[in-house]
Amino acid sequence: MKRIRVIPVLLLKSGDLVKTVRFENPTYIGDPINAVRIFNDKRVDELILLDIGANRGGERSEARLLSEIASEAFMPVAFGGGINNLGQVERILKLGVEKVVINSAAAEDPELITAIARQFGSQSVVISIDVRRRRFGSYRVYTNNGTKATGRDPVEHARRVANAGAGEILITSISHEGVGRGYDLKLIRTVADAVNVPVIANGGASSVADFAAAVTAGHASAVAASSMFVFHGKHRAVLISFPDETLLKRELYSISN
Amino acid sequence: MIVVVDYGVGNLASISNMLRRIGATAAVSSDPAIIVRADKVILPGVGAFDHAMRKLRERSLLAAIEKRVLRDGVPLLGLCLGAQLLTMESEEGTERGLGWVDAITVRFDPSKAAEKLAIPHMGWSDVKEVRTHPLLATEESEPRFYFAHSYHIRCNDPGLTIGTATHGYEFDAAIASGNVAGVQFHPEKSHVFGMRLLRNFSEMASVPHSAVSA
Repeated sequence: MKRIRVIPVLLLKSGDLVKTVRFENPTYIGDPINAVRIFNDKRVDELILLDIGANRGGERSEARLLSEIASEAFMPVAFGGGINNLGQVERILKLGVEKVVINSAAAEDPELITAIARQFGSQSVVISIDVRRRRFGSYRVYTNNGTKATGRDPVEHARRVANAGAGEILITSISHEGVGRGYDLKLIRTVADAVNVPVIANGGASSVADFAAAVTAGHASAVAASSMFVFHGKHRAVLISFPDETLLKRELYSISN
Repeated sequence: MIVVVDYGVGNLASISNMLRRIGATAAVSSDPAIIVRADKVILPGVGAFDHAMRKLRERSLLAAIEKRVLRDGVPLLGLCLGAQLLTMESEEGTERGLGWVDAITVRFDPSKAAEKLAIPHMGWSDVKEVRTHPLLATEESEPRFYFAHSYHIRCNDPGLTIGTATHGYEFDAAIASGNVAGVQFHPEKSHVFGMRLLRNFSEMASVPHSAVSA
């Protein structure tokens, strides 16, 4: 039995927990600390927190929030959002957060990844790659919460960040995000096959069957999701949930053997 | 009092958060005068082997730990890289390890695995108790722990292995030699399973150390 990591991704905006659809229309979900407590009680594998606010509340309020989250989360926590220098990484890791998630800065400055890996170990740096599918099916990397086109091919970008020292890669399909129709399996597979570091599938999951597909057809090492852990039913009522261990064992942990 | 050695390496906040949660009296310190009075010592560690060894030798930290652990027999628990430092050497670096456990640290070998092996090993794995040890005592039927590492310990003396885990192949996940123990995983990030392990550690008694090369 191999315990595939199932990771809730929580989006933060101005200190609130929000959820987007295709990176747009952030809806208010609730208080992040409360959500972290619930996920902790449910013994989830890991949490990824991403601050998507363009205008953040400032480093001091962010530090307070992260420090409180870290003291409630007895599982690994990764945090990202606007991180672009080593000093910032050091401050965040000191608060009790295990990993930083770097997205835009990784596209502009791969040496930052190398510097983080050298000082804090590659296991502390997750590179997040947001991808949009173009007409005729080719893929391109976008940064700055999906607003800025880099013109880069995700496979080449993934290879570059892995060589630079990334410990893992979080790959998100922008067009699948928040839609709940499954992952972009082709995208995930091409990236996962191109690198040796663990690849975390993200964007579009609505069931444990989607997780299983990300591993069998997508070759992902771990899976992430957001909507399915915070919404319930077709009217999308806010309810924090997590699949129970029996279901995960039966439908997910069993497949890799 | 449990002293978590602060030598600039490792996630100290997470460790003290969990020690506080289980009600243990603990301090995070880089002061040799405090370390020599510790009832228990936790050696954390994240990052590169050589960097950590050099940091540990600075500021007479190592001398204080040696005095308390090797001379007075106070229990020591190494976490992740902190556990690897207890071995003789690591394939990751050129610095000598502490050599308090007859073991070496090696890189994950993809050729020993049947499937493609993602490195680092990152995630939760079940830990199998291969030798009964108070550190691993638990009521949970399937104790699991969080791992994040590219190198792992290989005991030269198989009797020193107390727990194993599997990533591609079975490797030493928990080791113990007298009062010195180490775990490859992160109990401070392993929910109730880690809490139980740290509580077990906090209840361990001092015993003479049988060092192999100290």
